[in-house]
Amino acid sequence: MLSRTANNLYWLSRYMERAENLARVLEVANRMSMLPNASGDGNQSEWSSALIISGCEPHFTETGQLVDADAVIEFIGRDEDNPSSIYNCLKSARENGRSVRTTLTSDMWEVLNDTWLSFDSRWSDARRYGEIRSFLDWVKERSALFRGAMYGTMLRDDAFDFARIGTYIERLDNTARILDVKYHVLLPEGENIGGGVDYYQWTTVLRAVSALGSYHYLYREDPQPWKIAELLILRPEMPRSMLSCLLSVSEHLERLGDSYGRKHTCHRLVGKMTSELKFADANEIFREGLHEFLSEFIARNNRLGEEITKSYMFTG
Amino acid sequence: MAQNFFDEMNLENGDIRDAYNGISKWVDETADEHLRVKRKEADILFRRMGITFAVYGEGGDPERLIPFDIIPRVLSNSEWTTMEAGLIQRTSVLNQFIHDIYHDQEILKAGIIPEHLILNNSSYLPEMQGVNVARNIYSHIAGIDMVRCGENEFYVLEDNCRTPSGVSYMLQNREVMMRLFPDLFAKHRVAPVDNYADLLRTTLIECAPEGTGPEPTVVVLTPGIFNSAYFEHSYLADQMGVELVEGQDLFVDGNVVFMRTTQGPQRVDVIYRRIDDAFLDPLTFNPESTLGVPGLMNAYRAGNVTLTNAVGGGIADDKAVYTYVPDMIKFYTGEEPILKNVPTYRCSDADDLAYVMDNLAELVVKEVHGSGGYGMLVGPHSTVEERTAYAERIKNDPGDFIAQPTLALSTCPTYVENGVAPRHVDFRPFVLSGKKVRMVKGGLTRVALREGSLVVNSSQGGGTKDTWVLGK
Repeated sequence: MLSRTANNLYWLSRYMERAENLARVLEVANRMSMLPNASGDGNQSEWSSALIISGCEPHFTETGQLVDADAVIEFIGRDEDNPSSIYNCLKSARENGRSVRTTLTSDMWEVLNDTWLSFDSRWSDARRYGEIRSFLDWVKERSALFRGAMYGTMLRDDAFDFARIGTYIERLDNTARILDVKYHVLLPEGENIGGGVDYYQWTTVLRAVSALGSYHYLYREDPQPWKIAELLILRPEMPRSMLSCLLSVSEHLERLGDSYGRKHTCHRLVGKMTSELKFADANEIFREGLHEFLSEFIARNNRLGEEITKSYMFTG
Repeated sequence: MAQNFFDEMNLENGDIRDAYNGISKWVDETADEHLRVKRKEADILFRRMGITFAVYGEGGDPERLIPFDIIPRVLSNSEWTTMEAGLIQRTSVLNQFIHDIYHDQEILKAGIIPEHLILNNSSYLPEMQGVNVARNIYSHIAGIDMVRCGENEFYVLEDNCRTPSGVSYMLQNREVMMRLFPDLFAKHRVAPVDNYADLLRTTLIECAPEGTGPEPTVVVLTPGIFNSAYFEHSYLADQMGVELVEGQDLFVDGNVVFMRTTQGPQRVDVIYRRIDDAFLDPLTFNPESTLGVPGLMNAYRAGNVTLTNAVGGGIADDKAVYTYVPDMIKFYTGEEPILKNVPTYRCSDADDLAYVMDNLAELVVKEVHGSGGYGMLVGPHSTVEERTAYAERIKNDPGDFIAQPTLALSTCPTYVENGVAPRHVDFRPFVLSGKKVRMVKGGLTRVALREGSLVVNSSQGGGTKDTWVLGK
């Protein structure tokens, strides 16, 4: 397979996944803004954390706008100057897809193309009627449809591996960020875990990764921060947990290694990261500092991404 | 210009031509509203499949649809059989001609074509002199533009021996028609066209350099997603199951071409390139080109890779050379040409020039090197000022122009704003040359959607139709 093709597939999936994650983040912020709020800051912290999670806070600050629902929704949803807006993610996904049309199945391509072509009408309808939820649902739906088309129609060859690797690298990054940011927002310094923080606030973390139901099923109790962390970092059965993402990256890299008959630094790296998480203990992570742990893992995940790029000679 | 045009469905006496019996009945029986809905559906299908051509620099959406007409154009089996024989004869000779020019130049020595017309032509590439190409084939994929002016009057308007495009529209038009009107297909015996990609792959494989293994690596080389025909490039690569590469994906090492893959370099044997000669190799041609592959020409001349179509083949589709094709056919084969040329006046010839100057108002004058319908003068539709200005240009450089009578292009029923009406059409069948010459029964029909217009180019308001060749 062409190196450029692998690169396009990898980024195509990353952008689709990112669009979905941005929609999730906005959805949660939107939901929170409808609830009575403990911090008394007019929900501003929800919208700030949406900006931080999506990694575009510095860029937003540069625009000189005030942090409020409208400005943040516009910035993350549609802003053409924000490289990480949903708009730009879907655009980049399609552009990457267009360059590798020969590798996509027509089902996959039609989802990408159709999504991009209907973006504007979806967005303006949602804004006109103040129904941002319907837009966000649509984005999640399109991402699910794309995933479905990929699973249902794509040959299980190296192209599939590169596409899936992109998804999981992006998803791991996103889960780690949500956890990291939420803990900061929700647990200001000196605040005891499980202290005066609203129950609803904790559930947002779970909602952001569609894991509220799973949490209840697995733990059968009210959301507790360390258990949430355990679920989202260490539980292999939770599909958006960091361990689960790593296991998948690992599986696809193994397949590539086997079929190409050659392994690279990225194989060693992913093996190391995976086994660390496999044998980690949530309490220990908390004791040593969740924030430090997460920041380090985000950095290592980036490095893993770069190594994969290097190993397979991506040119883009 | 009170001219009677030949209509491919309705004869002047009110009869319906045989090939169109089914279509005529269908058009009569189908409610206008239904056709309108179907046309909308077609638009949606084309857009969703991403079948667009790109127009940059004019503002608006850069990805446009070529208008598609839902009424098919129908050719009878016997019409096709004659045309096919003529096309095979013609492309075989064009290939022989290019080979001859780059080797012994017998045709020049025999005085059939003036030497200066070839050797001073910008399409003649001295770099190719004496270079042997696989199977001596230069134009592996040729698109021959045909027009019809009467029941048995078919003319070749133009030969395209370099990188003729449009075949993806032929294929997609059929795809869309079959989705929209399955009943109509059930009632006709329409020859399939969807094996085109298989024939193309076979042709390319057959033309791999000598000594290549049994499974040569074939790629399609595209300038990239911003090229107007990118859709076609990716579509053909997909249908053939080969890689679609850009210049940056290839490199040359020791006169061998490789592509960069996830498993390291892989040797490439055949490149179906959709990049013009001038951009192929910055070391040989345009040094500014970033689309090509440095060193490609050396690998090519060393016989380590096949380029389709071959470099330098443009010498055969030059408009001035076109006028000599019937002579070529006689020279190389001793046969009479099966397909006629449009009568053409060469402005390089003093008598012809005098005639052209006197009759500008009736003629269509074209630049020898122009394409896409740009830079031509359509006499009957021009003003006195336009003609005076054009005459000036011809006088300055007569060798750059040819002239043809205004052709009475045939019309086909076409669905337009106010219902079904006749519109002018032309036709581009595609001819594949490998070990033997192959064609699918069909081609691209282009239609001038504006009433009275004779210009079918998509850049100037033209659309396309599905073309049916009926079974015996």
